[in-house]
Amino acid sequence: MDTFLGLDATLLARIQFGFTVSFHFIFPSISIGLASYLAVLNGLYLWTRDGVYLRVFNFWVKIFAIAFGMGVVSGIVMSYQFGTNWSVFSDLAGPVVGPLMAYEVLTAFFLEAGFLGIMLFGRDKVGPGLHMFATAMVAVGTAISATWILSVNSWMQTPQGFGINADGQFIPEDWWAIVFTPSFPYRLAHTLTAAYLTTAFIVGGVGGWQLLRGRAHNPAARRMFSMAMWMIVVTAPLQVMVGHEHGLNTLEHQPVKIAAMEGHFHSHEDGAPLILFGLPDQAAGEMRYELSIPHLSSVIFGLGWNGAMEGLDVVPDEEEPPVAVIFWSFRVMVGLGFLMVGAGLWGLWARWRGHLYASPWLWRAMVAMGPSGLVAVIAGWITTEVGRQPYVVYNQLRTADAVSPLGASAVGWSLIAFIVIYFAVFGAGVLYILRLMHREPDMGEDDADAEPGPTRAAGITPQQQMDRGRAAPAE
Amino acid sequence: MALDLTTAWALLLAFAVFVYVVLDGFDLGLGILYPFFPSKHDRDLMMNTVAPVWDGNETWLVLGGGGLFAAFPLAYAIILPATYPLIIAMLLALVFRGVAFEFRWRSTSRFSRWSWDMAFMGGSTVAALAQGMTLGTLLQGITVEGRAYAGGWWDWLTPFTLLCGVAVVAGYALLGACWLNLKTDGPLQERARWLARIAGLVTVGGIVAVSAATPFLETAYFERWLAWPGILEVAIVPVLVGVLTLWLARSLTSGKGPDWLPFVLALGLFLLCFAGLGVSMWPYVIPPSVTLQQAAAPESSQLFMFAGAVVLVPIILAYTAYAYWVFRGKLKPGEGYH
Repeated sequence: MDTFLGLDATLLARIQFGFTVSFHFIFPSISIGLASYLAVLNGLYLWTRDGVYLRVFNFWVKIFAIAFGMGVVSGIVMSYQFGTNWSVFSDLAGPVVGPLMAYEVLTAFFLEAGFLGIMLFGRDKVGPGLHMFATAMVAVGTAISATWILSVNSWMQTPQGFGINADGQFIPEDWWAIVFTPSFPYRLAHTLTAAYLTTAFIVGGVGGWQLLRGRAHNPAARRMFSMAMWMIVVTAPLQVMVGHEHGLNTLEHQPVKIAAMEGHFHSHEDGAPLILFGLPDQAAGEMRYELSIPHLSSVIFGLGWNGAMEGLDVVPDEEEPPVAVIFWSFRVMVGLGFLMVGAGLWGLWARWRGHLYASPWLWRAMVAMGPSGLVAVIAGWITTEVGRQPYVVYNQLRTADAVSPLGASAVGWSLIAFIVIYFAVFGAGVLYILRLMHREPDMGEDDADAEPGPTRAAGITPQQQMDRGRAAPAE
Repeated sequence: MALDLTTAWALLLAFAVFVYVVLDGFDLGLGILYPFFPSKHDRDLMMNTVAPVWDGNETWLVLGGGGLFAAFPLAYAIILPATYPLIIAMLLALVFRGVAFEFRWRSTSRFSRWSWDMAFMGGSTVAALAQGMTLGTLLQGITVEGRAYAGGWWDWLTPFTLLCGVAVVAGYALLGACWLNLKTDGPLQERARWLARIAGLVTVGGIVAVSAATPFLETAYFERWLAWPGILEVAIVPVLVGVLTLWLARSLTSGKGPDWLPFVLALGLFLLCFAGLGVSMWPYVIPPSVTLQQAAAPESSQLFMFAGAVVLVPIILAYTAYAYWVFRGKLKPGEGYH
């Protein structure tokens, strides 16, 4: 068999797709949330004329620009991965998923890219109203983009609305059914909420860092920390509920994935236990060193105390996804989710006691949890993507039958190139972002821009601040 | 030819690729020209002429790829494996040049700024070369068996594809230099005009060489271009290339006329090359194996997308034009967007 470093071409192509898409998705999950946050900040500034909102906007807009740029270039890679490494999938499923992705380009990518320049550089060229419009369009664009690509992914998870022609191609028959598959609303809600939560933890983590650096007197540092803590206390519990609903939906449409997530190798006739920890041994079909709570899994899934749940023993071995990966990735995601709820409650309690800006341990916890959203998002995607294996289009097209007719060495060498270059380039980008996060937000002592005045003046002042901020490191 | 849905999609995709070349061509060209502008001041200015619009420019490449995937999935599934190393090289090159737009302004040391200058320069050049070579690979013919690519792994590397690659690099450099002529003044503009003349010479040389070689790649091309009496119709393309070349040369050397004229004339050259490609390839999407009709997605796919595209593409063109309008005019030194 044709292999590269002991791996065959299909596995290499899967690693390549997993690597490039995971790296890519880090940036959209930041930019979806940040774009909305920036639109809110800009709107609040225009509405209240409180200069603190503008200074928080100016602090985050530079970070957004870098994250967005990295999202764009890593996204262009994704739009060609289907053809380079999954050409059989492209040929067969292209008639269904291709138009959805084309709509993503037409309705979202152009909107974001077209208005990004005005949002970043155009405040004093177009005036505050149009600048606000451009900022809102960028935010709307990121959400539309997520909608289309999740529609694609959901169709691949729960396909419907198609026929199959003589060449084996999926032929669209009902576009409404294709766009709105059963798992789509849940996946969309879960992913968008995840992006907002991820951003809230990044903003909260940076706010906590600023406060720890002795900048509690800086109104912008306080404002970003406070806003993030409000966002978390609302969004984190919401996300737990949305995730739960998504799980119920998965049980209905992809029960094998749930069995693997729960680590249920065996079917349970009278109440399935919730396995907290254990070491999955897929070859033996056993969970070793299991620590579990009886009946709880059935109860969580709303099946009642003695509700029956099917295990992996109901499907042949070659239909099982790899259990260990998703058993663990699922636990990482859920564990972080509950920690997030806890962080939100802690913040609420500190605020109620009036010492939100005098709680170094809360700040430290928030710094530590700054990247938690990103980790949870990647863990969640690993769960759902690995969980539908061995299929790429669930129960219709096997992953192994979808790959390009490429030699293992071609895929292997391009994979190495992606790994080396992504770590070098995006590593540098992350470094620049961390540097921007470390710098103190503008104090704005004169507070001139807080005065209600001619809108023109409000437009010029921040631009000069931006120029100053950017000119310094470049010299 | 009847204007059916598949033909309409072919025209729409050709339009998307042409808009990509129009917009990202000069954008990549600036990177290709970086070595001829060693000072930091000039490089800052060059980058700032496109900083607000480069994202949008590259989105047309995504539309080209995504549109091909949607409307002609079989072509997408064959061309990309056939040009695998070129596509991967182009994507990675675009990563380097894309991040340079932000990273360059964040560098705190001489070395790191130099690195991102190199990334912008190298990334732009490699992306242009890979695009030209991909076109050359397509033009020289791709071996297909059943529904898959069946050629060798080095088919994309021939003197002809290299020639196409160099021609595209030169062409983008020409567009970049004409763009600078439009957006800057003073010594930078002077140098841009001088570079435009050189890049123009190489570009026209490339066009002539590629055109001379093409009829001998496939008999179909030969008959299309050189057989009597069809030659009377298609000869208009090379004649117009000659006219535009002379006009461009005159406008670049005399220094008279509006600053946008050389840019428009250079775009005219690209449009003619596009027309020439159309003459050669029609009705194939992958010569000599797969026609547009064979690669077409089912009607339900094409129709679903076409309904949206006819509404959305004009809207996109409108707000793209608006963004260019906002950032119009000569860029003054120190008018850093960053």
